[in-house]
Amino acid sequence: MKIEKRQRDGATILDLQGRITIGEGDVALREAVQAAVGEGATSILLNMGRVRSIDSSGVGELVAAYTTVTNRGGKLRLFSMPSRVLGVLQITQLVTVLDILEDEDEAVASLA
Amino acid sequence: MPEPVQQTIRLSIGSRYENIELVQAVLDETLESLPIDEETGYWMGIALREALTNAIKHGNGLDPEKKVDVCLAVDESGVDITVEDQGSGFDPDAVADPLAPDNLLRTEGRGIFYMRRFMDKIDYDFGAEGGTKVRLHKKFGAPGSSAEADQGGANED
Repeated sequence: MKIEKRQRDGATILDLQGRITIGEGDVALREAVQAAVGEGATSILLNMGRVRSIDSSGVGELVAAYTTVTNRGGKLRLFSMPSRVLGVLQITQLVTVLDILEDEDEAVASLA
Repeated sequence: MPEPVQQTIRLSIGSRYENIELVQAVLDETLESLPIDEETGYWMGIALREALTNAIKHGNGLDPEKKVDVCLAVDESGVDITVEDQGSGFDPDAVADPLAPDNLLRTEGRGIFYMRRFMDKIDYDFGAEGGTKVRLHKKFGAPGSSAEADQGGANED
């Protein structure tokens, strides 16, 4: 799992690439979100467009990231979801909880 | 596609997450010659990874000295995958429903749900001297597994 961080219009965007699976991607995601929060980020967008796969541990990390950010009064949103990743979230009804946007422009605009 | 060749592949791995990739690679290669489409094979892989994760993490407690035994068996009707750990067992019926409103934001507890969803059948066997064996079955020609179809419905076989 490779994660690159950038800024746009006050939002911290994490571009994720690879698998969010146990023992690798899940830890990388946790550390990246915690680092962003530690640096004071309150609006975090996860670019899921290049996520190849996710398992239940990765889903758990997405939930943990969401609660970590929102419990601090911040916002965490996901965009450009690959169909397989979106499907995994849909069948566990997490699409009713997590904020998922179509693309980056829509995700940035949603923070306004 | 010709009739599937009956075969049985046995693996024994130490309880390390990186070994999941090894087993996944063996499954992927095995599926290449079978009448299972790429999408169904992908979801079978996710189910296998969940079974291995449970065995390594919850069963064997990440003790690298404890083994996880895997068997991939192909016959004329489908694929059976068994994953057996050396843990102390658990009660599958006591696992919380991940779709219950109070559980939606839990960070764990979805693995068995995904296994049930992506395979045609799963069942458990508990050894008299400990150890949990989970058996995952996929029939040839069954409707394709997908996370997109029938969204929100649990497959509680």
